[in-house]
Amino acid sequence: MFEGPQSFAPIIPEIILAIGAMVLLMYGAFRAPSENLGRDVGWFAILLFALTLGYLVLQPASSSFLFHDAFVVDRFARFMKVLVLVGASVALLLSFDYFARAKLMWFEIPVLMVLAVVGMMVMISSNDLITLYVGLELQSLALYVLAAIRRNDLRSSEAGLKYFVLGALSSGMLLYGMSMIYGFAGATGFQKIATAASAGDAGANIGLIIGLVFLLVGLAFKISAVPFHMWTPDVYEGAPTPVTAFFAGAPKVAAMALLVRVLVQAFPGNVSEWQQIIVFLSIMSMLIGAFAAIGQTNIKRLMAYSSIGHIGFALVGLASGSNDGLEAVVIYLAIYMVMTLGAFACILAMRRKDGMVESIDQLAGLSQSNLSMAFLFAMLLFSMAGIPPLAGFFAKFYVFAAAVKAELYPLAVIGVIASVVAAFYYLRIIKVMFFDEASEPFQPAEPYVRFVMWAAGVFVLAYVVVPAPLIDAASAAVRSLRFAPTP
Amino acid sequence: MMEIGVGHYLTVAACLFTIGMLGIFLNRKNVIIILMSIELMLLAVNINFVAFSHFLGDLTGQVFTLFVLTVAAAEAAIGLAIVVVYFRNRGSIAVEDVNMMKG
Repeated sequence: MFEGPQSFAPIIPEIILAIGAMVLLMYGAFRAPSENLGRDVGWFAILLFALTLGYLVLQPASSSFLFHDAFVVDRFARFMKVLVLVGASVALLLSFDYFARAKLMWFEIPVLMVLAVVGMMVMISSNDLITLYVGLELQSLALYVLAAIRRNDLRSSEAGLKYFVLGALSSGMLLYGMSMIYGFAGATGFQKIATAASAGDAGANIGLIIGLVFLLVGLAFKISAVPFHMWTPDVYEGAPTPVTAFFAGAPKVAAMALLVRVLVQAFPGNVSEWQQIIVFLSIMSMLIGAFAAIGQTNIKRLMAYSSIGHIGFALVGLASGSNDGLEAVVIYLAIYMVMTLGAFACILAMRRKDGMVESIDQLAGLSQSNLSMAFLFAMLLFSMAGIPPLAGFFAKFYVFAAAVKAELYPLAVIGVIASVVAAFYYLRIIKVMFFDEASEPFQPAEPYVRFVMWAAGVFVLAYVVVPAPLIDAASAAVRSLRFAPTP
Repeated sequence: MMEIGVGHYLTVAACLFTIGMLGIFLNRKNVIIILMSIELMLLAVNINFVAFSHFLGDLTGQVFTLFVLTVAAAEAAIGLAIVVVYFRNRGSIAVEDVNMMKG
């Protein structure tokens, strides 16, 4: 079947980025090496992200299917892609000064980020197991290299190695699950799997469920849900800080979007089966995220456990399986990403004359030397802890409300307990910043870092006043997902 | 003469997959062995795909296999590159030496 050129319109954002990445690679490789090459390529990459973002926002609202239903662009995909693009651009913006000071600002870093973003966008739009796999791998391969990018540093290369081994293991499990699903459903398209899964006889269903379990294990690795979270603290600690900021934002959002799409589009008839697994992952992630973070002294490791906990909270919404729950997941991811990027901007501002510091003790008495940074950081941490009236509170509230509505009371209760425990370690950092004896002040933060800090702080504070745009966009996104026309 | 059905292929693939996974977890010696184990897992999956594709009379599985092979090659290249970088910094690729960060 011939598809005319105009029918490629929905995939143009991915095409722009893919071609852009290759052009940037050529530009970097053939231009005479200079001090500013990396920075120039970085700005071009941000320009590409902005261009893609503009195109995405202006795309028509209807859902369209491409390549024999292997690729779908609906409002859910567009919303998630916007999140991913924003996360990637902000992480790139944060990386300029850090890498320039570390003499690491190679042009490969922005190129790898662009490639990872292409992978994430393909993941988000995938409507077929093959598209899912290719997108996921494109993303992962770029991220392995990014984790190890500081190649003279032992910790960075160890982070890359660990991430690679566990990531490849998880891809293996994911693939094994896909092969079982393909075998027992007889197709790789999500709609066809959904038909087979809800109509199949018991014998075929057992094969499908085994496949589903393997698939979920693979995806749980990618969103770092407990018990598949072992790589997260090490990779977060070892990778250069801006790369960690990137890891904590965009890929998590993309993998979570992928999980939602697979479960809702391909297994709508097996809710009772996958719900148990998601509930288990969610409870474990919330508890480990809360308890394991208490003893941490390195702020990046702490952020890793914090992100594990946040993924647990987001999974609460998915476990409820309702439209409300999915909407809560989408909102949670958006707010989580803003908070995390803001927190990492604060971490990037922790710089002394002799280099970056990562220990929580070093924040002591920050309120006396730099009140505005201490205030913003405290605001972001309060928001992560879920204290009203900040954005993080509403994110948690929607999720728990959806769980209660779906009568998952134990899940909601455990979630609230976990968030109280988690509040302890967030508050400990605030206590260190405001009440401990002052240590040597930090160097003044760079303009981009300060900008991101302020933007995240304003978002977190202003959400209570104008929540409507985010809620409307999220509910439109979820509605497109639930009632997608079956082609 | 025994008829070889899809079950036999699945059993072989499951055995290979398990060997691959055990190779990752039980191996304490060398990172290269982990890379080989990963490759073994991916090839086990390929056997599954081709077997299903044949018995379902559907080509999609074989197309998928080609994608998996391609990605596995890229993955091996990146894995080896990371191992080389690690070796330069650490002077060893023994699995028990990969222990800078803990907690």
